[in-house]
Amino acid sequence: MSEQERVLKFHILRYNPQIKGDIPTMKTYEVEEAPGMTIFIALNDIREKQDPSLQFDFICRAGICGSCAMIINGRPDLACRTLTSKFPDGEIKLLPLPGFELIGDLSVNTGKFMRGMSERVESWIHDEHADNVDLDRLEERMDPDVADEIYELERCVECGCCVSACATKRMREGFLTAFGFMRLARYAIDPRDKRSDEEFYEIIGDDEGVFGCMTLLGCQDYCPKDLPHQTQIASLRRRMARVR
Amino acid sequence: MKIVYTDSLIIGGGLAGLRVAIAAKQRGYDSIVLSLMPAKRSHSAAAQGGMQASLGASVKGEGDNEDVHFEDTVKGSDWGCDQDVARMFVNTAPKAIRQLAAWGVPWSRVRRGNREVVINGEKVTITEKNEAHGLITARDFGGTKKWRTCYTSDGAGHTMLYCMDNKAIQLGIQVHERKEAIALIHEDGVCYGAIVRDLITGELIAYVAKATTIATGGYGRLYSVTTNAVISEGIGCAIALETGVATLGNMEAVQFHPTAIVPVGILTTEGCRGDGGLLLDKDGYRFMPDYEPGKKELASRDVVSRRMTEHMRKGKGVPSRYGDHLWLDITLLGRKHIERNLREVKEICEYFLGIDPVEEYIPVRPTQHYSMGGVRTGPTGESQTMKGLFSAGEASCWDMHGFNRLGGNSVAETVVAGMIVGEYVADHCAGNPLKIDTKLIGHFMDREDRKISNLLGRDKGENPFELKKEMQQIMMDKVGIFRNETDLAQAVEELKVLHQRSKNIALKHRISSSNPELVEAIRVPKMIRLAQCVAYGAMLRKESRGAHAREDYPERNDRDWLKRTLTTWKSEDDDLPEVSYEELDVMKMEMPPGSRGYGVDNTIHHPNTEKRVAEIEEIEKAHPDADRFELQQLLNPINVPDKFRGKNERIGRGYK
Repeated sequence: MSEQERVLKFHILRYNPQIKGDIPTMKTYEVEEAPGMTIFIALNDIREKQDPSLQFDFICRAGICGSCAMIINGRPDLACRTLTSKFPDGEIKLLPLPGFELIGDLSVNTGKFMRGMSERVESWIHDEHADNVDLDRLEERMDPDVADEIYELERCVECGCCVSACATKRMREGFLTAFGFMRLARYAIDPRDKRSDEEFYEIIGDDEGVFGCMTLLGCQDYCPKDLPHQTQIASLRRRMARVR
Repeated sequence: MKIVYTDSLIIGGGLAGLRVAIAAKQRGYDSIVLSLMPAKRSHSAAAQGGMQASLGASVKGEGDNEDVHFEDTVKGSDWGCDQDVARMFVNTAPKAIRQLAAWGVPWSRVRRGNREVVINGEKVTITEKNEAHGLITARDFGGTKKWRTCYTSDGAGHTMLYCMDNKAIQLGIQVHERKEAIALIHEDGVCYGAIVRDLITGELIAYVAKATTIATGGYGRLYSVTTNAVISEGIGCAIALETGVATLGNMEAVQFHPTAIVPVGILTTEGCRGDGGLLLDKDGYRFMPDYEPGKKELASRDVVSRRMTEHMRKGKGVPSRYGDHLWLDITLLGRKHIERNLREVKEICEYFLGIDPVEEYIPVRPTQHYSMGGVRTGPTGESQTMKGLFSAGEASCWDMHGFNRLGGNSVAETVVAGMIVGEYVADHCAGNPLKIDTKLIGHFMDREDRKISNLLGRDKGENPFELKKEMQQIMMDKVGIFRNETDLAQAVEELKVLHQRSKNIALKHRISSSNPELVEAIRVPKMIRLAQCVAYGAMLRKESRGAHAREDYPERNDRDWLKRTLTTWKSEDDDLPEVSYEELDVMKMEMPPGSRGYGVDNTIHHPNTEKRVAEIEEIEKAHPDADRFELQQLLNPINVPDKFRGKNERIGRGYK
């Protein structure tokens, strides 16, 4: 941690679509750096001391909830856990996450999009008995390794970095993108979900699904949770290619 | 005037809120959830360590059952909890976790055979039984007799919340995002819904419902350093308070978690210590066994936090530019364990501290963490003074935690209370057709609209961000881990002044749509009122119980203080809340007050305690053949919805 205090320059896209006639502009704010400062701390400092209208989203500020993804010096990442000391020249350019409806400044509407994905891949256990389980009895057993593997794929926080880093999505509006594949893969390995590969094929077996991926793998490069997107997309493709 | 009608309105999209919505929906009632953000981003996701449920599948959980869980919970609460509710909770928790298992949570499972664990600083080999293989496993946590905290790695909250939200999506439950409830609609002691502000357009919308449930989480952000998410500002509790009718319970009961990282206050789970991590001082010395020879690092959170503070006051803290701290050492657990079971912790250390916890110690300090207080409800989750108003989860004072919550009992409460309260919400919807005059809706709508216009119209006045900072500092400095009359009296006076000043907030950015400064201006006066409830309640409570530790009244005083604090805010013009008390009846307790077995025992006993102990002995003698279920029925008969009354099965024990 550098003890040297310096003045950081934040260049931030400002635009409020709620105000008629507002035009997107870049605005620069200077902030005195403090040890251990994150972009979360800096943006709040700007809002409290310089411009109370500045919009952004943070919730957990611990890298857990996925609210604060934005473009930081050209790369999508979680702002809350990005230390300002990472930037040697002290110049930090912040843009809202592309691919999502803009609410204002750095705030985007990820919720609508994410719910749409969950509805599309039917992101829940498909088992007609799931609601009639006798809750007094011992639970269904599960192999401990399988439980760990499911958790491994369920660590996605729906931050949207993969969506913003996906070139296929840029070309195909309806492309499901990596986090959708990850969610589906999570259910596909879960023995509690009784869906067959044929049923999964109905969801992702086309160009809007897993066969549309151009394998540029921006998703893999920018996933803040280091999820194995590449492996999962490849394995889903193999699995789906076997379905007729 | 825009009005949305529904059967069941739920304010807050975390675990508790979603579970209530699911229950009501499954019973056929239309449910709408309001959320500041997408529901999956709720603070429930931050729960790392796990959920307590007495499944007893792991070998270290053998012999566990509802009774042991009950005992731990009551002791943890320092006898401040409602024992009926604690009973309802422990009996239902195994069902809740099994339901979540069926709905998709990938709970970590028992693996048969030997495994190496760290207990009391030593590597020990334990052998899991063949027949338990594949059942839900558990880890050790503070203040528990058995290993009872079920988990998925250290992402329990995340997997539970995702599962619950997905279930809600499956059922087609609507979550109205970026909506904030700013006032309740009510008349003659009945709640009819809420006035809600759209955080994007600024539009006010009336949501009118038969049942309204507040599930907005805790009020940690009243403090300057907290593990809580930035949205944990207690606004749900505040709008209940502002009705002047609904009561808040035990607001002074505020928990500090022993191990948040310094300086930013992000939590490292109790699982670190549960799995064998140690607390060390500036000399690298393990000090907890000196203070707590029994439970050591795994005494309850209030006790460990106080012991750490005591030790730092002796000059044993590690000095830093952010003040003193202590070390959490998990290096002894080894890389494999940390990367599998404590990976969130590892990530947090890497990103926020730039250290690898496999190799280095973690700088930690007790930090505000949990709000035991909240909207006071009866066992059904309904407010005792306002019909149709329910509350569940951290926002409520259902009161299974009393003055201190055990680790692992919080996410457990959200889903168990969600299940139980959800059924009562559905019952309420069944029995109470909606009758409301739109004039009443208009009255509340106009009132809130006027308040916002006033804020936007004022030229000069107070800055809401500064008021909030001042409030947070007062709470941190004067209403913290250790409390005393002088500090608390000062805090009460200073908050009164802030409350006055908060009536004169003016904005720099005066637009009514999407505007963070306006959001702050609406919230801050509400937060200050809550802070006043906490500080005033703490000043009046002249004893120490659980997390409420008075230096000038160090003893737990059952004789005078075995009661729950209730606060109301009767009139807008009042400067302080009104405080009254609700007695806890010793003669009805299944477990009469005694020693917790950790911490200092200096209790001034209640005159009825001995009587009740004798009475229980008599009852037990009179029923020599009664099994533990029959005894519980004799000592503490409880009401839960019929579908949750069955006995819980355990491996090797059946339904006994």
